[in-house]
Amino acid sequence: MTSSDVEAIVVDDIHKSYGDLRAVDGVSFTVDHGEFFGILGPNGAGKTTALEIMEGLREPDRGSVRLLGTDPFPRKVALLPRIGVQLQASAFFDKLTAREQLETFAALYGVGPARAAEMLELVGLTDKANTREDKLSGGQRQRLSIACALVHDPDIVFLDEPTAALDPQARRNLWDVLRAIRERGKTIVYTTHYLDEAEILCDRVAIMDRGKVLALDTPAALVRGLDAPARITLERGALTEADAAALPGADEVTADEQSLTITTRIPAALLTALAERGTLDGLQVRTATLEDVFLHLTGREYRA
Amino acid sequence: MKGAFKSLAVAMAKSFVRDRATLFFAFVFPLMFLVIFGLLFRDIGTEKIKLGAYGDGAVITALERSGVVELERFDTAAAGEAKVRDGDLPGIVEATGDTVVLRFAASDQAQAGTVQGLVSGITQQLNVAASGKPAKYDFRAEQVEDSSLKSIQYLTPGILSWGIAVTAVFGAAITLVNWRRKQVLRRLRLAPIGIAPILTSRVVVTIGVAIAQALLFVGVALLPVFGLTLAGTWWLSIPVFLSGVLAFFSIGMLVGAFCKTEEAATGAANIVVLPMAFLSGTFFPIDLAPQWLQAVSKVFPLRHMNDGVTDFLVRGKGAEALLLPCGVLLGFTLVVSFIASRVFTWEES
Repeated sequence: MTSSDVEAIVVDDIHKSYGDLRAVDGVSFTVDHGEFFGILGPNGAGKTTALEIMEGLREPDRGSVRLLGTDPFPRKVALLPRIGVQLQASAFFDKLTAREQLETFAALYGVGPARAAEMLELVGLTDKANTREDKLSGGQRQRLSIACALVHDPDIVFLDEPTAALDPQARRNLWDVLRAIRERGKTIVYTTHYLDEAEILCDRVAIMDRGKVLALDTPAALVRGLDAPARITLERGALTEADAAALPGADEVTADEQSLTITTRIPAALLTALAERGTLDGLQVRTATLEDVFLHLTGREYRA
Repeated sequence: MKGAFKSLAVAMAKSFVRDRATLFFAFVFPLMFLVIFGLLFRDIGTEKIKLGAYGDGAVITALERSGVVELERFDTAAAGEAKVRDGDLPGIVEATGDTVVLRFAASDQAQAGTVQGLVSGITQQLNVAASGKPAKYDFRAEQVEDSSLKSIQYLTPGILSWGIAVTAVFGAAITLVNWRRKQVLRRLRLAPIGIAPILTSRVVVTIGVAIAQALLFVGVALLPVFGLTLAGTWWLSIPVFLSGVLAFFSIGMLVGAFCKTEEAATGAANIVVLPMAFLSGTFFPIDLAPQWLQAVSKVFPLRHMNDGVTDFLVRGKGAEALLLPCGVLLGFTLVVSFIASRVFTWEES
């Protein structure tokens, strides 16, 4: 492929085995400039290995990677300033404050200390500038880690499970940071095992399992391609099961002690009928998600 | 890249200064040994021989003036003899008229010999003087060692070398393991810098810490209470000192290259440093050890650093004595660094 002027990353049929384990088993995809690209899958799917091969940290057994038109392995010093890699949240110098960490890493790229303040602002850690790294919370450390990956203003940013092990509030804070990075025009490649998160953040996702890419598209297209029915849930007692089954577009009706669920492929008609009856109390509409896509692709429930 | 070197050195120096445990083991711990041993052995070698005395006369007076014995006077010869018999005194000098009798306990032969030689020597000197003739044979006693009777003179170079060795080995090893485990090494590898600024910044910090240690230990030893006296060529110990720091830094790098966890690195560093400390003359002069042990200790870089620093700091040797310790230490550095570079890995697996 010679189209690497257009594409930020071209991954062509890469393989990597550790003993008998095929960590990455024939993965190919391309990532465009400015794209927010997600690699998702459960733990052990091969996401991290694929990422490390793209970063040039590991050599693939087979296949090739072009990063901004260059093979990243072995280490290419000229390429390094153009990529930013977020590492595990402990990859800091001992006993240094948040600002000092950033200034140190900035200096490695010949970037002045002014960038440090800007990065702290971006990840919302300005008030923690003088706090030592070991005194930060888990979410704050993750954000500092991302700031360190961005401090030299790279074109491509690799983030490996940035939201893992964070509480829901911290995760949402981090989403804002990730969106802000994308608005700066960066190409982002990120791995996660949270499918809901990928659905919200990513332009395109590659679903990986057991070293292979099972599907690759925009989250919406993947879900649409599933052609799964919508599920409309009502409070128990709002409607009898017989009445529900008689509604237009109702395919299947199930009930438990709290609720009544109607499965439909034409939710618009069914919702209109419900509105006419005035039975919208506690109504929830659930359409298919990436979890359903995963279930469909692998035949197993998704377990992160 | 100069900026990378400087920022890494500053980061490492800050990590060091902000870690209380590291500071303790680098500065306070060796200093404790220096103070304790320095005070404990302060009077060794200056203790005087005790001798009983009965009666008086020229010999007793001369003995008293000699300053090498401490006389204990008795009113009767029998009382003094009883003390000698009990082993409380090595001997008693009984001077009656022109007769001098030394009664001694033969149980401690070394002491018996010393007091006999002393008393007979002084008596003969007086005899010569009384004869009015000039002495035919001229006799002078000259000490061959400098002032090495004082223990602080060998304690200071010993504890200085040991303290610096421990800090350099542990500092380098733990930093390397910790950085690898925490992926700091990966972060450095992903930055557009070479190995040189990483390595040199660590070496510079190690040398800086070693200099601070040396200033502290020598400064304390120079206090009147310990009484270290520096030889005229003390400044020639600086090249030996620096070669030693490099040698121990390279050992730390090797340990850090081998070990995957901090615990393993601590254990391995102890295995390397502890035997060296005991067999290289840190706490007692190695000259007192059996011959074979002295030979074994020659394989340790600490022995050469210790000897080299002692030669210049307190023995006042000339520049030609630099060759052996510096040569051995730098050669050691080269060999160990080479092995470390072969074993080293950036990543854990």
